[in-house]
Formats: sequence, C-alpha cells, structure tokens
Amino acid sequence: MNATTTAVVAEQFDDIQQQHSAAKLGMWIFLATEVMFFGGLFLAYTVYRFTYGHVFALASRHLDDVFGGANTAVLLFSSLLMALAVRAAELDRRKQLVRLLLATALFGILFMTIKGFEYRKDFVEHLVPRFDFRWDGSDAANAELFFWIYFALTGLHAIHVTVGIALILVLALLARAGKFSPNFMPVEITGLYWHFVDIIWVFLFPLLYLAGHR
Amino acid sequence: MNTSSNATTTIVRHSGAYALDNYLTAGQGVKSWLLTTDHKRIGILYLWTILVFFLIAAVAAALMRIELLTPAGDLISSETYNKLFTVHGVLMVWFFLIPSIPAVLGNFVIPMMIGARDVAFPRLNLFSWYLFVAAGALALWSLIHGGVDTGWTFYTPYSTTYANSHVISMAAGIFVAGFSSIITGINFIVTIHKMRAPGLRWFRLPLFIWALYATSLILVLATPVLAITLALMSVERLWGVGIFDPKLGGDPILFQHLFWFYSHPAVYIMILPGMGVISELITCFSRKRIFGYAWVGCSSMAIAVLGFIVWGHHMFVSSQSIYAGMIFSLLSFLVAVPSGVKVFNWTATLYKGSITFQTPMLYALGFIGLFTIGGLTGLCVATLAVDVHVHDTYFVIAHFHYIMVGGMVMAFMGGLHYWWPKITGRLYPEFWGKLAAMITFIGFNLTFFPQFLLGYLGMPRRYHAYPPEFQMLNVLSTAGASILGVGYVLPLIYFLWSLKRGRLAGPNPWRATGLEWQTSSPPPVHNFEATPIATASPYLYDAEADRDLHMANA
Repeated sequence: MNATTTAVVAEQFDDIQQQHSAAKLGMWIFLATEVMFFGGLFLAYTVYRFTYGHVFALASRHLDDVFGGANTAVLLFSSLLMALAVRAAELDRRKQLVRLLLATALFGILFMTIKGFEYRKDFVEHLVPRFDFRWDGSDAANAELFFWIYFALTGLHAIHVTVGIALILVLALLARAGKFSPNFMPVEITGLYWHFVDIIWVFLFPLLYLAGHR
Repeated sequence: MNTSSNATTTIVRHSGAYALDNYLTAGQGVKSWLLTTDHKRIGILYLWTILVFFLIAAVAAALMRIELLTPAGDLISSETYNKLFTVHGVLMVWFFLIPSIPAVLGNFVIPMMIGARDVAFPRLNLFSWYLFVAAGALALWSLIHGGVDTGWTFYTPYSTTYANSHVISMAAGIFVAGFSSIITGINFIVTIHKMRAPGLRWFRLPLFIWALYATSLILVLATPVLAITLALMSVERLWGVGIFDPKLGGDPILFQHLFWFYSHPAVYIMILPGMGVISELITCFSRKRIFGYAWVGCSSMAIAVLGFIVWGHHMFVSSQSIYAGMIFSLLSFLVAVPSGVKVFNWTATLYKGSITFQTPMLYALGFIGLFTIGGLTGLCVATLAVDVHVHDTYFVIAHFHYIMVGGMVMAFMGGLHYWWPKITGRLYPEFWGKLAAMITFIGFNLTFFPQFLLGYLGMPRRYHAYPPEFQMLNVLSTAGASILGVGYVLPLIYFLWSLKRGRLAGPNPWRATGLEWQTSSPPPVHNFEATPIATASPYLYDAEADRDLHMANA
C-alpha cells in the first residue's frame, strides 16, 4: 500500500507474491467501502427520483449533455491510458510508464477543467441550490433537491478525481526515479482506484444528464 | 494445535519463564511507541486510548444515574442531561465498544493466532490509531466547547436545524473514527486471507478469527454508509438546505434509514467480537473441544449477513410502512437462530467438561447468561405490537445494555484477563480477579434489571425527571451502578499492580492450545521463532490427558 517501497519484500510477508496479492485485495476491499460510501447518495437519488420523477426529468434537461458527454469520453480515455501505464510498469518500461502516467493525470486535469466550466455555467443559469436558485414553473423545491443531489454527487466525485490525479502525479515522480522496477504494485492498485472513479462517473452521467431524455 | 507436530514451538515451552527478548524491550522511550508498526504495541496504544474514553463516558453515565436518584430534575438541567446522554452514547459506541475487542485484543492476537509476523499493512495499522486519536480529539473538542444534545443518533431535522450545539465537529469526529475502523477492518480481512501459517485452513481457524472476520466485513461495508450520512447531515446543517430537508421535499426518515443501515450492523460490530472471545474461553476452561465448531464459525458469518437486512426494526414507530415493519420484524427474529446456535453450542461445550472457575471463565459464564437475557428481550422489541408499547422506554435501554455491557464489556474483560499474561508476561491476582468479575455481574444486574421493569411500566428514556412512583426502581439502578463502578475500578488497579508485581506467567499459563500460546510471554517482536505449521483443529483440549498429566505431576 505504500508507494515508496522498492522491490524489497516487507518483513511481514514471506515473498513478493504474497505482498502483491495482499495489496491488491486490500485495494479491492477499499473500493467496496467506496461503493457503499457513494451508495448512500445513490440511494437518496433513487428514492427522490421515484417520488419526484417528473420534476427530476425536467431538471435533468437543464444540465449540459455536451459537457457531460465530453467528460465521459475524457475520463474513459484516461482509464485506457492508466491501463496501458500498468502494462508498462509490468514490462518495466520506465520512460513509457512516466509518459503514460503524466498523460493519465493530464486527462484527469482536463476532466476537472471541463467540470469547472460546467459549474460556472450552472451558476450563471441560477441552478445552485440555496445560494442562487431560480426556477420557472412549479415544483421549484423538488428541482432544487435535484440540483442539490447533482452537486453533492459530482462534487464528491470531483474530490475523488482530484485525489486520483495527485496519486498519479506522485507515481509519475517515483516512476522516473525507477522505484517500480520489479514492484509495480503501487501502479496497479492506483490504477484500480482510477478505474473505480471512472466507473462512478459512468453511472453518474446517465442518472444526472440523461434522466430527462425520452 | 501444533503440539504434536511442530518442534520449533516446543523450545519456549518452559513454564514460569519471562522472555527477556520481547516486543516490550525491543525499543525504549515514547518515540518507540509512537512510531511503532508492531501490531502488539498498537493494540496496547488502543487499550490506553479507549480507557480514557471509557472513563469519560462512565463519568457521564454516573452523573445521569445520580440525577435519576430523585424524581425531580434537581441536580442538572434538562439541557445538561441531554448532553450527558449524548456524550455517553457517542463515546461508548464509537470510541470504546467498536474499537474495544477488535482494535485492542484483535490487533494483539489475530496475527499470533494465525501464525503471522504482523498484520498485512502495519503502517496503515499505526495510521488508523492516529486517525482514532484525531477523531477522539475532535469529539473532546466538541465536548469541552459545550457538547452535543442530539443523542448519539443525530436524528434530522433536530440535528440539522434546531440543535444549538456542536453537532458538526462531533459528526466530524465520528467520521474520522469511522475511517480508522475501516482501515482496521481492511487490515484484518487481508491479514486473515493472506497471512495464515502453512496448513491453517479456514476450518482450522480459531473461532475468534471467524468472529473478527465477520466483524471486519461489517466494518468495511457499513461504516462508509454512516460516513456519507453524517457528511450529508453536516452539510445540510451548514448550508441550510439538503436532502433530508422537508422544505425541498426531502424526507427526514431517509436519514433514519441510512443511519440504522449502519447502526444496526454496528450493534453486531459490538457483539460478534465478544462472541469470538467467549468461544475461546469456554472451550479452554472446560478442557473440551468446542461443540459444533463449524456451526459456531458460520453463525458469525450468518449474523453479519442478517445484520444488514434488519435495520427497519428501529423504525417501527417512524411512519414506515406497516408491511415493511412486518418483514423487518420477521427478519429480526431470524437473527435469534445463529445467536441461539452459539449459546447452545457453548452450553453443549460446558456439558461434561472439566470446568475450572478462573476469572476469564467467570466473565464467560456471565456473558452467556446476560447475553441470553439481552437476546431474548431483543425478540420482544422486534415484535411489532410489543415495540409500540416499549419503544423509547427504559426497556430498550435495558435490552441493549444487556448486549453491550453484559455481553461485549464482559467479553472484553474476560478476554483481557485471558490474554493479559500473554500481553505482559505476568498474571493478574486471581482472587481479586474473581472478586471483580462477581462484583461486575451483581452490579450489572442490579443496574439494568430494574430498567426492564421501568420500561415496561412506561418510563421513557432520555428524561432527567420522572413521576415519583418510579423512584424505587431508579434508586436500585443507581445503587447497582455504583457497585458496577467498583467492579470496573478493581481491575484497573490490579492490572497496573500486576505489571511490576504480578507472578510470572510463562508462555502458556492456561494450557491453552491456540498458536498464540505456543510462543514466549511476552512474545518476541516477530511473534514466533519460526513460522508455525498447523496440522489440526485449534481446540485439541483433552480432559483425560490433563488428568493423567496432573496425576503424574502429583
């Protein structure tokens, strides 16, 4: 679990295989906790979409499909880059690993930039609950609830993306110093985390942006 | 376990010895403790930390019991009383009970029981203790700055809108403590999966390991839900609107669903480890193999799984659908099945065993009785119609204290006495141990049994004043609490005394069969001289052989 360990097997393990499989299992269990963490908000979304389906559909149409769609593509592509980075680490191709990690991080940053512009647009269109929310038509309160959940879900996701970018940049630095040459496990488990963040978005996009489409 | 096969373990089996080269002497000074990654030392760090929180929460309980001596609210105001039961609940649940057996005894013995040198992620293990301390600091900050008056349940909309107290900082403390639990849970699961000694198959694992595996599953799957729930509640309090807010069409009951989705499984975080300890104690002090090993192990898993689908029984009177109530009631009854399996198997283990009544065994026997009462009254409150009558009364208080205190705390004390010689290399004084165990048992029953009656007669919980006809039972309860206090202070004194003056224990004072007893006391830094190999069940107790040995010695 620690990015700075070199090839040396930690003293509590018998061999590198045991260390690898322990690290991988640890990360999978952590991802299970993350699923449950997001699960609370997904449950809230589900309950209220059932209760206020019509308003949620109307509200969903105020979100910009272009921003959302572009971000989906950006994040999926960054996941591909991450998978290639893990492959490069396994094959001990140091230069390629550094470049792929930097590219992954770059696409992560691109995602956050697009998200930032989108938040700005939401603000200009008075879609921010509590601070500046205006809604023409009935059921304004329920629409506000939709946008509250929208900001909570995408905000929580954005925090995870930011953590992921930071981790990947640290990995890139360490990779340049040749830290992962036989122990590529830190790259692999960070990759798992990055794919998880990606998958969360894959669920967020249809639930939030496409709920209003017929 | 490997008594017959493993030559390496026999080297240290001379009795009365104190291993000089051990984990306690491996480093000196505060720094060697604060930077340790040794699971045994981290267990001890947790022990001191939870002791602090236990004492604070116990003082809160004592103040409440003193207030309840008289019907009038004459000692403390109702606001102070609200804050007292909140701090008592929050600290006891998240800062004492949840880390008690897992983080103290679990940290200490899990790697030793499975023949490992340490947990899978030792640095994360230390990190989780630091998180726990940070969380405790946040909780204490909230307490010192005026406390919280929402109760440990933080129900909305009171917590989000109306409470004038430090809700957010307390919730933040619990959030961070949850992170600490999650890390501990991940560490235990990975350790149990990946670090077992050669030959230690799943059905050769000690039942304590099964119990803590089940506990860890709950820790990692339920705690994140509490984290998001408390985060959403805090954000709603901060911003003024949120998903539990009726102004937006939000539903405060959703908070209760999410809260109990964590907090009911959390009840099993607070009892499963205790059951694991009792399984070890009963078999050791009956000198008999545990009856129905696989059933006891699997019932831990069954309790963990069922724990996730019964949360609605906390919400029978919350306007939840009556059909949901019926289903939750039925599912809650099902929990009695694996719990009953355990109690019957422990009883069957006792049957015709060569029982000795040493201190750990007294706690274990106390546990069985008290847990049974707590469990059976659990069926009462899981019954829809009865619950409508006793909901939010002292009946519920008595019920869950029989599980939490009569169950988990008794098991924790039993386990602490049992493994104390392993932890410190010295024995506690047996006479005082037995005395404290009996005082605890008597004091506990006198404290909480009257509360069943109070609740049945209709005294609601969380009030600092009450009608005069309830005074007699309240006085009994307060008297019991003072006896219970003596039962807890005594071990504190003689445990500290035994650190320097206690009789040397030797590697295996109980002639127990688990792997943790096959190494010196206190254990060396890496637990074993050589990795042990398991060839059979962990419970090869044989009363006949014991008797022969006894005769030969005589």
